[in-house]
Amino acid sequence: MLDFDFHDIEPMTMPKILILTLLIVTFANPAMAQSVDAAAQTVKIALAQEPPQLNNMTATDQVSIFVLGHVMEGLTRYDRRGNLAPGVAERWELTETSATFWLRKDAKWSNGDPVTAHDFVFAWRNVVDPKTASQYAFILYPVENAEAINQGNKPLTDLGIEAIDDLTLKVTLERPTGYFLKLTAFVTTFPVQEKFYRATGSAYAADSKDILYNGAFRISDWVHSASLKMEKNPNYWNSEAISLEVIDAEYITADTRARLNLFIDDKIAYTQLDGETYKDALNNQFRIKKFVTGSVYFLEYNYRPERITHNKKLRQAIQAVFDADEFVNKVLQTPGNLPGASLFPSWIMGVNKPFRQEYPAAVTRPDLAKAKQLLREAKAELGLEAIPPLILLVSDSPTATKQAEYMQGMLKTKLDLDLKIDVQTFKQRLAKMTNGDFDIVGAGWGPDFDDIMTFGDLFASWNLNNRGRYNNPEYDRLVRKAMNSNDPEVRMAAMAGLQTIVHEDAIILPMYEQGVIYLQHPKIKGMRRTVVGSDPDFTYARIVP
Amino acid sequence: MLKYTFGRILSGLVTIWFIATATFLAMHAVPGDPLMNEKATTPEIRENLARKYGLDKPIAEQYVIYLGNMVQGDFGISFTQQNRKVNDIIQDHFPVSAALGILAITFAALGGILWGALTALYRNQLPDIIIMFLVILGISVPSFVFAALGQLLLVNINQWFNISLLPVAGWGTFAHMIVPSLVLGLGTMALLTRLMRSSMLEIVNEDFIRTARAKGLSPSRIFFQHQLRNAILPVVTVLGPQIAAITTGGFVVELVFAIPGLGRYFVQAVQQLDYTVIMGTTVFYGAFLVFMVILVDIIYGFIDPRVRLK
Repeated sequence: MLDFDFHDIEPMTMPKILILTLLIVTFANPAMAQSVDAAAQTVKIALAQEPPQLNNMTATDQVSIFVLGHVMEGLTRYDRRGNLAPGVAERWELTETSATFWLRKDAKWSNGDPVTAHDFVFAWRNVVDPKTASQYAFILYPVENAEAINQGNKPLTDLGIEAIDDLTLKVTLERPTGYFLKLTAFVTTFPVQEKFYRATGSAYAADSKDILYNGAFRISDWVHSASLKMEKNPNYWNSEAISLEVIDAEYITADTRARLNLFIDDKIAYTQLDGETYKDALNNQFRIKKFVTGSVYFLEYNYRPERITHNKKLRQAIQAVFDADEFVNKVLQTPGNLPGASLFPSWIMGVNKPFRQEYPAAVTRPDLAKAKQLLREAKAELGLEAIPPLILLVSDSPTATKQAEYMQGMLKTKLDLDLKIDVQTFKQRLAKMTNGDFDIVGAGWGPDFDDIMTFGDLFASWNLNNRGRYNNPEYDRLVRKAMNSNDPEVRMAAMAGLQTIVHEDAIILPMYEQGVIYLQHPKIKGMRRTVVGSDPDFTYARIVP
Repeated sequence: MLKYTFGRILSGLVTIWFIATATFLAMHAVPGDPLMNEKATTPEIRENLARKYGLDKPIAEQYVIYLGNMVQGDFGISFTQQNRKVNDIIQDHFPVSAALGILAITFAALGGILWGALTALYRNQLPDIIIMFLVILGISVPSFVFAALGQLLLVNINQWFNISLLPVAGWGTFAHMIVPSLVLGLGTMALLTRLMRSSMLEIVNEDFIRTARAKGLSPSRIFFQHQLRNAILPVVTVLGPQIAAITTGGFVVELVFAIPGLGRYFVQAVQQLDYTVIMGTTVFYGAFLVFMVILVDIIYGFIDPRVRLK
């Protein structure tokens, strides 16, 4: 029997413990390091989440791509001005049918081995291997036979990539792909050393020691869900050009308020804001920066024959009352968003200038009379007295719900149309989208690579992301035309045709181009924001005194 | 005593089996496809993933395979972090939650017993009224409010005095643990205070206390040896489940203070429909809770011999 006598505890113990604790705290915690250090060229940041997948062949999320873009490098890369520049490849030659890359001799893995053409062959085969089940396998579809292999119809060795020797890589293309070089700067196409990959087995990229790095930085310390530290990679071929010594993600939390608090406390040097933290940042008199992320948000309709949204007049009626300017100013809580006008965001390049300057999108001014007329015609065509309530499927984020409620109120007052809002969590919303269980869905699209095609083929009949099953032979024809040409004039003219169809057919209702606002320590120079790939890019950043 | 212990363990195992089965069924009943992602994938790729995770088999077979693996202590590979074992996730992150939880429960138990005893001693006087007011606040205000307020307060203190009194967030040193564990333990501390108060009040009028007084024992001896020791029994009863609740329920606190605990995985797995992590963490937490309850029952047997005799 345990004999525990409370008489043994002296009354003085509690204060003693308290004093002791205070002493520990005071001495264990001398003035802590600040968020930037010019002498040591160190910057501290917070990640929004633990990178779920640092295997570049299967990574799809922003945080993993952010980290990978700093610690690995592809055949090409983006330089400090955001132009495509040599990476592992010193020079290249692109034709309508093939691409040849000459690799630099001094490109090395973090274990000292040279980066060779074989490392690319291995990685690319792995990406399109159906067993890998990479969601980004389609990035490599311009390579000969990639799609057939990915669908299990051809052996891996049929992939159009060949190591002529250690430093020469030849890629055979399935079709002319003018933007192919840009794909080689994306994480999915980065090299992986076969020997190392096989040695780590299924644990490849599970921990910092389970990855080989060939980028400007390497991960020196990774405590899952706690911190991830990147240090300058001494084996990197261009390490003289890199100023930062350490990018230290000392915190990992999705809570934007916690990150703002860390910024106020000078523990991190960069943080993104949302509608809630925006006002606090203003109150603290921080300089708020803006950036357009490159994503477009829109309402997508269901074209399955049993849904009344397949009626064009109905869609046009909604288009005729929607005011994108009002929406952006009234509903979106943060500055920096642009009113939606097209499927193509304003940053996408055309032949010489941004596409939207070369081919301006049609402007719709809200016109209530026209909308009511269109709605009457729609009812007549559908043979309905009244339009039954339309189901609007949205995700469960507070912003999405707010936007849906705005649409609900607006359509009710202006057109007497009823919307039923169906709020679903992430996976459930995806399931409903895929099964076509909606009339209208709140959707968005971000670019996967820096070419207009990343948006253009979205509503092609064969595209699996076309969840409303829009099917228009003319649309498909224009996409094919742009796909099979290397001539920018031809491609952009085809895309201009698409832009017109999107508007005239009211395929989608463009709502806004997403902008984000963020805080950045004034001593950080050269941090690059980018719409594709690793964002923000600290590779060429430096800390000024 | 041995028979009693054995019986408790057996019923505990049945409970765990029930938790595993119920979670398995509920999880599969939730609509949505765990293999689906923002970018649509071809049916071939989905099939390959389904095969990798054994989702291509009939649900009954999946259940049998799952139970078999569970008995061997293997929870499989995470769906979201496809190169991490669920066992590793639990191993890496539970100790963090546990360390935080233990500190929180220490704050809660010490505070609860102390305040509870104090309020009973000063019944209906000012200290009692003040403490009981705070207790109601502690019980009714959810931990995410305290977490946000606690952090904001720290930021402001650091700003005003231009010092780093305590870290605002993060993990690694004892200093990182203090504020989060206080926040985490606050609710339990309030609960224990109330429990301790009522149990002390019951005992104050008992015969054996009057006898002790009549014998001329000093008030402090009566307080510590007779009142406290007897009043603490109900507190011990709830302490077990409370320890489990605190070490597992810190999701919000972990998020706000950027702490790499298991709670974040537990909640995110449900949002992501990460089947293996849902199962792994739920069964693990379930087993932990059952274990704590059994432990309390056994400890109770030591403190109060009457329990064993029944």
